[in-house]
Amino acid sequence: MDAIILQILNGLDKGSAYALIALGLTLIFGTLGVVNFAHGALFMIGAFVAVTLQRVFSLSYDQVDPTKTDFLGNPLVVQIPYIESWFGPEVGHWLMDWSVPLAIIAAIPVMLIVGFVMERGLIKHFYKRPHADQILVTFGLAIVLQELVKYFFGANPIQTGAPDAFAGSMDFGVLLGFDPNVIIYPYWRLVYFGFAALVLGGVFAFLQFTTFGMVVRAGMADRETVGLLGINIDRRFTLMFGLAAAVAGMAGVMYTPILAPNYHMGMDFLVLSFVVVVVGGMGSLPGAVAAGFLLGILQSFASMNEIKSLIPGIDQVIIYLVAILILLTRPRGLLGRAGVMED
Amino acid sequence: MSKSNFTRRGLLKTGAVTGAGLAMPTIFTSGAMAFTNEPTGDTVTFGFNVPQTGPYADEGLDELRAQELAIEHINGMGDGGMLNTFSSKALGGDGIMGKKAAFVTGDTQTKSDAARASAKSMIEKDGVVMINGGSSSGVAVAVQGLCQEAGIIFMAGLTHSNDTTGKDRKANGFRHFFNAYMSGAALAPVLKNAYGTDRRAYHLTADYTWGWTQQESIQSATEALGWETVNNVMTPVGAGDFSSYITPVLNSGADVLILNHYGGDMINSLTQAVQFGLRDAQANGKNFEIVVPLYSELMAAGAGENIKGVYGSMNWNWQLTDPGTQAFVKSFGEKYGRPPSNSAHTCYVQTLLYADAVTRAGSFNPCAVAEALEGFEFDGMGNGPVLYRAEDHQCFKDVLVMKGADNPTTEYDTLEIVEQTPVSQVTYEPNHPMFGGDEASLGECNDGA
Repeated sequence: MDAIILQILNGLDKGSAYALIALGLTLIFGTLGVVNFAHGALFMIGAFVAVTLQRVFSLSYDQVDPTKTDFLGNPLVVQIPYIESWFGPEVGHWLMDWSVPLAIIAAIPVMLIVGFVMERGLIKHFYKRPHADQILVTFGLAIVLQELVKYFFGANPIQTGAPDAFAGSMDFGVLLGFDPNVIIYPYWRLVYFGFAALVLGGVFAFLQFTTFGMVVRAGMADRETVGLLGINIDRRFTLMFGLAAAVAGMAGVMYTPILAPNYHMGMDFLVLSFVVVVVGGMGSLPGAVAAGFLLGILQSFASMNEIKSLIPGIDQVIIYLVAILILLTRPRGLLGRAGVMED
Repeated sequence: MSKSNFTRRGLLKTGAVTGAGLAMPTIFTSGAMAFTNEPTGDTVTFGFNVPQTGPYADEGLDELRAQELAIEHINGMGDGGMLNTFSSKALGGDGIMGKKAAFVTGDTQTKSDAARASAKSMIEKDGVVMINGGSSSGVAVAVQGLCQEAGIIFMAGLTHSNDTTGKDRKANGFRHFFNAYMSGAALAPVLKNAYGTDRRAYHLTADYTWGWTQQESIQSATEALGWETVNNVMTPVGAGDFSSYITPVLNSGADVLILNHYGGDMINSLTQAVQFGLRDAQANGKNFEIVVPLYSELMAAGAGENIKGVYGSMNWNWQLTDPGTQAFVKSFGEKYGRPPSNSAHTCYVQTLLYADAVTRAGSFNPCAVAEALEGFEFDGMGNGPVLYRAEDHQCFKDVLVMKGADNPTTEYDTLEIVEQTPVSQVTYEPNHPMFGGDEASLGECNDGA
């Protein structure tokens, strides 16, 4: 039983990331009709906003320590972070320790700008082009972005830790009546799940309970009619692109303590998230979220030794098998609407 | 009245034959040469095939730095580095047999097909006489096979799988880097002293040739100590999130987790194992421990604090104090402002060893070079005396057991040397079952003639 609960927790955690990326993907598809293969790159850029902030906080000046030597035998040059000398060691250390949560504040405007530039600068020129063209151009854009990140940050994963306060693990099993140390789960992964729930709830509330959201939903249902009412739906859709970029970016920021950021992390998540969108139903927001959690949990269960010993390699193909099964039985996905991508 | 002998059919035939001849790769038309890519001008070209893109690009960059330094030293530039400490004095710092050494580079992308394509291009278009570099056993085995077919020498870079000089050994291929068996043999006594003989190990293993041989080797070495193997779970390369594989470990009855992972996989799996509290856990009345059999400096820096106190092994480390290491670290450090990694070291040494073998053989013919390398004993290049064993083209030398440093002062000393395991402890028979047994054979040397 403990193994099952642990895999459900793992699945919820993975599913959170899938759902956050898939939500943006399907939001962009539902509003702008664009299949955005650069969306994984937005997740990756978000993660590197956290890396950048950590590096900004770590900007240092050199101080020679005559008591120590470097690898060439010269006096060791010690790097003292500016923030430690400006604000004192305690505040400086606190800022570096909390760089990941603080990066959320930086990521929102950065990702809105990135999303705006991406949409206005490139993607808007492909609205009326076939989906194949959109996929090619956004996939190309994703490769350019990841190569840029590799140029500036290198190819190796960069460790970006959670604050010390969330570094340990929680004895989750005790809360459920299990013996101590049976179900242990890292605090940060629980934080990530809570964060994902908050963001997903926020996006749904925004679309459901605000006038702006109502217009966007109306535009998703019938763009032409909303336009005829004198509403500039294109501008709102551009803002939705920015919102989707911000969600992907925040998801990337918060994921950095779980997975050391590297330049190809976006591509790794994109493929799975695209499958999530297709399984959930193209353009369906609840479908994307439901499919994200469903596939995350299934993937975790498929990684269990008991399952892998029965069907070797199932952990690597389970998502695709389920996608095939669902598309065979429900061609529009779990919650897909009629008429979407069927022209 | 003259009559022309040209006919339409004859012209077409001649054109087709000429075209086919021109289109044929030079690799198949070396009949005019005594051997493949025999150098005829005043330069000789090496092919440095390293990952310049992809997940091991940083490691590839460090290899390229070292290879460029080796070329400088061969041509008499710089301070000479390890040429000053190398026991063989055949190289005089004036090139190789009167020819200036030059190089071209290829990008393996850490993909076997891409690595073969770039190596093929360097052999056919650039006329290289030797290929060196790489950071993956899959790539090394693939490129080694290509060099064997083409008739040039392959001086492997970072490749740790037993197969490279085991079941996939080739007469034209040579490996200076150590292997998975040696890691297990070196680590076992240290693990016994640190953690005792009554331990239960759980393995997470990268699902490809290196992971398989690494796991087999460390399992064999630890079981010989009396350890029990609880489970071995294969994980996909580049899995990213290993949580699904790590969560079953704590309640499996194991008290040691062995991570047969390398590069980004190792950084992620170790970090996540620490996040899941394995380092702080107790099992079977003992502290839970983690072991990483193969280390690299770049990985250690990536894993940050999580690596503290974790045992592993390396081919070489810049913190060694022998004169050869010090000479190389000085050359490399002054040129690039950082100490070299162990993949940089092996590429540097392999390039010098090739140049030295050519000079001793008095020929660039790959079979003459191979003969000069086989059974060659040398010193002054780190890790003490070294033998290039003739039977399998594997170098035998001391192996380093490493541990994550508790108090690193810079990003370069995140690992500390625990022990320099003597070569006698890591030596095995050429027909060892883990290396292909009696069926493993180098085959015949191919000079491409």
